[in-house]
Amino acid sequence: MDISFDKVSYTYQPNTPFEHRALDEVSFRINSGSYVAVIGHTGSGKSTLIQHLNGLLQPTSGEVKVGEYHLKANEKNKQLRKLREQVGVVFQYPEHQLFEETVAKDIAFGPQNFGVPQEEIHRRTREAVKATQIHEDLLERSPFDLSGGQMRRVAISGVLAMNPQVLVLDEPTAGLDPNGQKEIMDMFHRLHKDKQLTTILVTHSMEDALAYADHIVILNQGKVYMESAPLEIFKQQQALEDVQLDVPEVIQFVTKVRDQLGVELEYTGQSIAELAKELTRIVKGDRVYE
Amino acid sequence: MSNSMIIGQYIPGDSFVHRLDPRSKIAIIFFFVIIVFFANSVMSYGLLALFAIGSAATSRIPLSYIMKGLKPVWFLVIFTFLLHLIVTKQGEVLVSILGWEIYEEGLIQGAAISLRFFLLIMVTSLLTFTTTPIEITDAIEELLGPLKKVNFPVHELALMMSISLRFIPTLMQETEKISKAQASRGVDFRTGSFKDRVKAVIPLLVPLFVSAFKRAEELAMAMEARGYQGGEGRTKLRELHLGKTDVYLYILFILLVIGLFLTRS
Ligand SMILES: Nc1ncnc2c1ncn2[C@@H]1O[C@H](COP(=O)(O)OP(=O)(O)O)[C@@H](O)[C@H]1O
Ligand SMILES: [Mg+2]
Repeated sequence: MDISFDKVSYTYQPNTPFEHRALDEVSFRINSGSYVAVIGHTGSGKSTLIQHLNGLLQPTSGEVKVGEYHLKANEKNKQLRKLREQVGVVFQYPEHQLFEETVAKDIAFGPQNFGVPQEEIHRRTREAVKATQIHEDLLERSPFDLSGGQMRRVAISGVLAMNPQVLVLDEPTAGLDPNGQKEIMDMFHRLHKDKQLTTILVTHSMEDALAYADHIVILNQGKVYMESAPLEIFKQQQALEDVQLDVPEVIQFVTKVRDQLGVELEYTGQSIAELAKELTRIVKGDRVYE
Repeated sequence: MSNSMIIGQYIPGDSFVHRLDPRSKIAIIFFFVIIVFFANSVMSYGLLALFAIGSAATSRIPLSYIMKGLKPVWFLVIFTFLLHLIVTKQGEVLVSILGWEIYEEGLIQGAAISLRFFLLIMVTSLLTFTTTPIEITDAIEELLGPLKKVNFPVHELALMMSISLRFIPTLMQETEKISKAQASRGVDFRTGSFKDRVKAVIPLLVPLFVSAFKRAEELAMAMEARGYQGGEGRTKLRELHLGKTDVYLYILFILLVIGLFLTRS
């Protein structure tokens, strides 16, 4: 689904001493099927922004469009339910939302609320746990008996079982071990391609943004600070440093090699090890010493 | 949700009222609550109102905000007023609307009682607007100090209070977060039959309880790990000090009491 934000502002607790403008005339577009990373400092408004995507928050001014659904200031949208069925949101620490007696019931909770038939729920549950690599033996266990990492996977499965067309991920791997992080991010990327999802990822990790996203939106103090393709964004090291954001290590490596050795490496998604090999090949001619 | 939950939320500031020793504030409010019931003439009510409004003005908290915080209790104030208007049948009949006779005494009593109510709520909410929860518990612990002699668990009570107060905002945030997560999974908290709505609360309550218990356990462990063993011999990080401003407040309050008794009819 195409998504657009048109001069969207959002103010928390308006008309009180705690009034806080968390989004300030934010405008951008996301094409259907793209993978967009939203980056910014803590407090820059990322979570506020994504809560507009399924109508949890309503703009204080401006307009949000998600496919055929429109969310405007001061105007109740009567189709929130349908919108929420199509936009799956994985919140920060989603394991806090688990509540059912068994893992299977918790995963089925979303689809059930949206009136999906029992047979179909079974099918989706199996598909979801396969994607998130939860062993089927765990389905009848209580979610509260699981490890933190397993709980996270169960919660994610619960969102996937809704079969959303838009997947919104708010720092979905925060607090996981590096292996788990990579597994989950790869899984989302696979789903994104296989099911032609539109994916919006909120992240702190420049590496993830570079590896998975085809578009990056950088927020700073509630405003869109930069917006472009990843490689374009990371060319502007100074602008990023101005808002305390780093350039991914790989890109730093390419830049350093260019500046100090005068060798132009072309970055097309390689790892640092692969780039290093390429560099040796160029510097030493074609003979590569393994 | 958080928009309507602002009653008594602390608002940082540096006004005269903010700087008062919390013990003074609590003591004065305690006595204010008592003397409010001695007012019985227009002048005496006027004095009390002047004191309450004066304090509110000195605190530099916007009046609109105080009124907004009072929203949930407006209903009570108005209800009390109407109750008196309807029930009291003394004095002259002022008007009669559709067979309902409104008595002079009813109007006066209704106005007086709801004004009392209003003043009490205003002054007490001013306390929580200008005093951090920690200051309030510290002050209560000090004020109840003498009860330790009769083995009343003053310290434990104060600790319980400060822990609860500390976790109220956390719990509210958590509630908001979890209800948003469940709303995203299709729970509708707003519409549906009564039964449906009760059912909708379960996905909210279970995670809340789970996390509250987990927090409690973690907190207990952290306290034990740092050698907490009750109030005996514990010193305070923030000592409370009575200052000049407190003396001014007492003088002002004594004048108010004198004025009140002079203007009583
Ligand atoms: N429920 C709320 N009430 C008041 N202020 C909030 C609330 N949620 C977030 N904020 C404020 O809005 C700003 C943006 O928050 P958020 O969108 O959560 O940022 P991010 O996800 O980028 O860390 C922050 O300054 C935060 O304090
Ligand atoms: Mg956030």
